[in-house]
Amino acid sequence: MSILIDQNTQVVVQGITGRDGAFHAQQMKADGTKVVAGVTPKKGGQEVDGIPVHNSVREARAKSRIDAAVIFVPERFASSAIQEAADNDIPLIVCITEGIPVNDMVRNYHYVRERGVRLIGPNCPGLITPGACKIGIMPARIHSPGTVGVISRSGTLTYEVVHNLTRAGLGQSTCIGVGGDPIIGSDFVDMLALFEEDPGTSAVVLIGEIGGEDEERAAEYIREHVTKPVVAFVSGRTAPPGKRMGHAGAIISGGKGTSEAKVKAFGDAEVPVADKPDEIPDLLRERLGT
Amino acid sequence: MNIYEYQGKELFGRYGIPVPDQRVVEDAEGARAAAQEFGKPVVVKAQVPAGGRGKAGGVKVARDPEDAVRRAEEIFGLTIKGYPVRRVLITPAAEIKKEYYLGITVDRAGKAFVLILSAAGGVDIEELAEERPEEIHTLSIYPQQELERSRLDKVLRQVFESESRVVQAREVAETLYRMFLEKDCSLVEVNPYAVVDEDRLVALDSKVSFDDNAVFRHEDVAEMRNPEEWSDDERDAKDAGLAFVSMEGDIGCIVNGAGLAMATMDIIKLYGGNPANFLDVGGSSSPDKVVNALRIIQRNPRVDSILVNIFGGITRCDDIANGILMALEQIDLKVPMVVRLIGTNEEEGRRLLTDAGFEVAEELSVAVNKVVDFSGSGRAGAGQQASTGPRVS
Repeated sequence: MSILIDQNTQVVVQGITGRDGAFHAQQMKADGTKVVAGVTPKKGGQEVDGIPVHNSVREARAKSRIDAAVIFVPERFASSAIQEAADNDIPLIVCITEGIPVNDMVRNYHYVRERGVRLIGPNCPGLITPGACKIGIMPARIHSPGTVGVISRSGTLTYEVVHNLTRAGLGQSTCIGVGGDPIIGSDFVDMLALFEEDPGTSAVVLIGEIGGEDEERAAEYIREHVTKPVVAFVSGRTAPPGKRMGHAGAIISGGKGTSEAKVKAFGDAEVPVADKPDEIPDLLRERLGT
Repeated sequence: MNIYEYQGKELFGRYGIPVPDQRVVEDAEGARAAAQEFGKPVVVKAQVPAGGRGKAGGVKVARDPEDAVRRAEEIFGLTIKGYPVRRVLITPAAEIKKEYYLGITVDRAGKAFVLILSAAGGVDIEELAEERPEEIHTLSIYPQQELERSRLDKVLRQVFESESRVVQAREVAETLYRMFLEKDCSLVEVNPYAVVDEDRLVALDSKVSFDDNAVFRHEDVAEMRNPEEWSDDERDAKDAGLAFVSMEGDIGCIVNGAGLAMATMDIIKLYGGNPANFLDVGGSSSPDKVVNALRIIQRNPRVDSILVNIFGGITRCDDIANGILMALEQIDLKVPMVVRLIGTNEEEGRRLLTDAGFEVAEELSVAVNKVVDFSGSGRAGAGQQASTGPRVS
């Protein structure tokens, strides 16, 4: 009925004693997530909202089964937190932290892949299976259980879209923010593959933005492999040109990265693109024939 | 973070990469002294953080010191892509026999570093990629492996005609890759990488960008930062921890999250308005950030209305509301402001603003409609009509 996480998922929070880590650990718990442990080096033995704090992921894992780790560690230490979770074979690592150096992320990407675990993020809001499990920072109450899968490079824009879906009576199977950094652990294509296989998902909303070519690759993948209806949104149509970093990056993407190119790629794959988030529910209904 | 050509070449020089002699001058008289020192024709090059200098008249050859003064005067009078020329580079003119391109960047799709080479250097590499992609050669380098010499040599031999050039380019490619990793670059470009004198390859130009996320661990990189890289507003926003880009319109925007901030601008445009800026107050926001955001936006004379659009996740709506109230104690709000607040702790956030006498919208399209009506751009676009929905042409 969902992808990656469900009501049985047990979670460790890395960086649980920080301001954001503590706040969101409490929120996740209040939203029904099984937060079984927290980790902060040298703070083992404490508790946060009744959640036991350990010195390391290894210690936490010795006490309880851990299915997922969520990272709220500051950017300077986030790479070692990701690697620590991967070294301890945590199958799903969700990194909320923003500001990790890009070249470090190139290394982290391969580090987690080589160990056969999955990374979501960094610089992402996390993921939620409404009514069952939330691993991240999104406000749970805007969601409702249902069959629409949501994938996005943005945080708050995802909330905007989900809010519109819920208000229109379209509940969600799982909503995932894959992250806004140039190098992320999992991309649109990875998530589309999971949603296509998930019997609990009937349609997918894909929320992209300018830069890179993940949307173009997603469009190509949809055309060839996805049978379920997909509706897209692309932000940044008014973003000024020339503000993008990495001019040599355009060589590899062959001039891709503008909103026009992304909208066109979705058009070629017969994926409708909404002009505003509140148009998405109607476009979905048309495609679903409901 | 971008640096100037001359700074990039200084960095190359410290790594032992061959670069021509150079002098940086801040007035035309300096150009005379430099040309006299070199005692031969010189190239006078504008130093601006933008490409396309040649086409803008920012690169000229001078045959003697007098000529150098005239050329420098012309170039100091230029504004290239919005940047007034404040520094000029003087370098001895050289007879160029052949131009190559050499670059390293991050391949986002391939999750690897990539070395880019071409025997068609000296031209805009993006244009080359469009028109003659077959002339661009790439080598992906994965972080878990070394830059293997056999793989490197293979691609070098596709680009460089002689063994002597392959040997020189190999040294430079290996050094540039080391520099790229050591200094956390996001882009290093040598274009042209040119053959001068007998058969000597020299970096005649440089473009170096650093990953802003990594500058904190490189004091020497931070020292190279040029204050003029940003407008005053952009710099103050950076100092306050805000992501900010100046735009042409009149509706000031304060939004949390880059995606929502872009979408908010898009929707403003869709409804017939025109955004004055992109502003992301970021993740875990403090009231101070809102104070600074309002201060920066309000000093733009074009701004005639403000939209605050917050969908709280890691940003708590009560923080935002407190920030707005604190800001209004310190700032005289001169233009109408529409606040849209929803998400984590929204009840508390909305209560704080409602108690203070604010109208708070829950829906984005309602809020955008309202602010577009307040703005000059929205009224101009709508004529006398009140807006009732998106105005899309």
